[in-house]
Amino acid sequence: MPLVNWFKRKFVVIAGLLTLAYLLLPNIVVTVFSFNEPKGRFNYEWQQFSADAWKDPCGVSGLCGSLSLSLQIAFWATLGATALGTMIAFALVRYRFRARGAVSSLIFLPMAMPEVVMAASLLTLFLNMGAQLGFWTILIAHIMFCLSFVVTAVKARVMSMDPRLEQAAQDLYAGPLQTFWRVTLPIAAPGIAAGALLAFALSFDDFIITNFNAGSTVTFPMFVWGSAQRGTPVQINVIGTAMFLVAVLIVLTSMVVNNRRNKQKA
Amino acid sequence: MKRSSRSSLGRDEMKTTTDAGGDVRLSGISKTYGSFTAVHPLDLTVPQGSFFALLGASGCGKTTTLRMIAGLEEPTSGTVHLGDQDVTALPPYKRPVNTVFQSYALFPHLDIFENVAFGLRRRGIKSVKKQVGDMLDLVQLGEQARKKPHQLSGGQQQRVAVARALINHPRVLLLDEPLGALDLKLRRQMQLELKRIQTEVGITFVHVTHDQEEAMTMADTVAVMNAGRVEQLGSPADLYENPRSTFVANFLGTSNLIEAEVDSRSGEDVVLRAGGGKLVLPEARCAAPTTTGGKVLVGIRPEKISLTHADDAGGIPEGRNRITGTIAATSFIGVSTQYVVDSAVCPEFEVYVQNVDRDTRLAPGAEVVLHWSPAHTFGFDAEQAIDAGLDEEAAL
Repeated sequence: MPLVNWFKRKFVVIAGLLTLAYLLLPNIVVTVFSFNEPKGRFNYEWQQFSADAWKDPCGVSGLCGSLSLSLQIAFWATLGATALGTMIAFALVRYRFRARGAVSSLIFLPMAMPEVVMAASLLTLFLNMGAQLGFWTILIAHIMFCLSFVVTAVKARVMSMDPRLEQAAQDLYAGPLQTFWRVTLPIAAPGIAAGALLAFALSFDDFIITNFNAGSTVTFPMFVWGSAQRGTPVQINVIGTAMFLVAVLIVLTSMVVNNRRNKQKA
Repeated sequence: MKRSSRSSLGRDEMKTTTDAGGDVRLSGISKTYGSFTAVHPLDLTVPQGSFFALLGASGCGKTTTLRMIAGLEEPTSGTVHLGDQDVTALPPYKRPVNTVFQSYALFPHLDIFENVAFGLRRRGIKSVKKQVGDMLDLVQLGEQARKKPHQLSGGQQQRVAVARALINHPRVLLLDEPLGALDLKLRRQMQLELKRIQTEVGITFVHVTHDQEEAMTMADTVAVMNAGRVEQLGSPADLYENPRSTFVANFLGTSNLIEAEVDSRSGEDVVLRAGGGKLVLPEARCAAPTTTGGKVLVGIRPEKISLTHADDAGGIPEGRNRITGTIAATSFIGVSTQYVVDSAVCPEFEVYVQNVDRDTRLAPGAEVVLHWSPAHTFGFDAEQAIDAGLDEEAAL
């Protein structure tokens, strides 16, 4: 019986740890296999420890080029979608205009529509317009599907903002520009940051829409997919692990900064 | 509270506070939203240095009027003057006026110090430390300077909102229901506090409230608003003693209203017929034409009425208005007893009697005579609704 009691007391902790393991196991496998030295072309079975791939992450031809391209596209797509999405969110919350309800629903269409459908119709559109498939078509597509996510994130924040804060700023001698920089933007910032992070992750990660509209250009997800047909170089795991570590680092830094700020206040 | 700090405003703020610089003059100002008229054309002058209250139920246009003074609402017609300056076309950030908002509207991302310094910094004043420190001391929040607004209690937040507005030495301070979110005890305390600050700094305060007690205890002058119009304007005592409409009579305190008919005149007084009896009303206290046979409403405050048991009716002095009735209910409050009396002229006559010598015969069912001095009676046009202003108060 003591075992049952112990289990009862620790149940929440055990469930939490199991869930965490479920979430992190794939990352651990990726990390472990980034130190593998596979015998064949496929990195699916553990052979022996080797740090070769870490020493030469760009050793596979085309990998680092595709990675750099993906990062560039993600950067510009994030910038474009965040700027546009923030403005749309403010317009939808703050202003009453004709067809506001319709616009509000249409914005969410890209989120609800199957990606494959959107990808195919975008391709049709680009081809009919005679557009050259490549960096720009990918970027346009990414900004489009990131937009709805940014709008959702920012809108939630703006909706909870008291419009009287901006009136108070104006009442206290802040002109429209000052009101925006000093009050509106700082308060909306968490929503905008969340939208931007989401946009970056979605853009960097996207395969289906990119694959349809890339032409001969190859992004990182496309490279991984392509090489998976012929064999998986260990370097893919190295890049994956590095990305994971960077993300963890960012989260940890922001936590430390926040903690310090709270301590200073107290 | 240095005057030099205001130099960057660049207007005539160097004038001393005793000139007409803080007069607020609204001329024919109105506001309509589509087909709804929030404020009917309105003329109002708030004298420099006064504590002025706009009193009314929610939706009466008082907040809209305040926001038009602040510049946060554009008037449909009319002008707003501050002293000699026409500010109607100026945006809020160019008006020497500051507002304390109902929800305080403190900037959540800035600490208390920066909230209070906000107005000074926007006007390009670099050394704000001393001024902000002094201002925080004035509202007794010197210790809280580095806290964020959400770490403060409601009363403290309210004081920050006042400090943030006052530090700019506005010519007029606008207060939009600033005490509405506070509990009763704190509200009483803040009423005194605000009154003290106003006396200390001598700035014109325009205070919007739906709480008649708050308006009466704080303001020098009260404008009672109803449905986008000012019903009556005057000192609290004047409004209470001489209401000019049923709305004011019912919204401010309690009034007993009796329907009566003009019978005759005797000198300065009008003699009225109500039920079987006669009532006397000084003509000067009647806000309606008093042609013989005309209908008027007669009002009397519950505390002005004396209550005498029918057996002692002989002892009532001559010349007082009398009504007979039966006590329907009594409630003992402590300092006073409230009676509800059934009479032929008014079904529920309210009477408040101080508990000096309690007459034990005055119990439900007892026959009584109500009597009061004609000088305390007021009268209005019978055309208006007898219960105007009652629902509004009940709804709050």
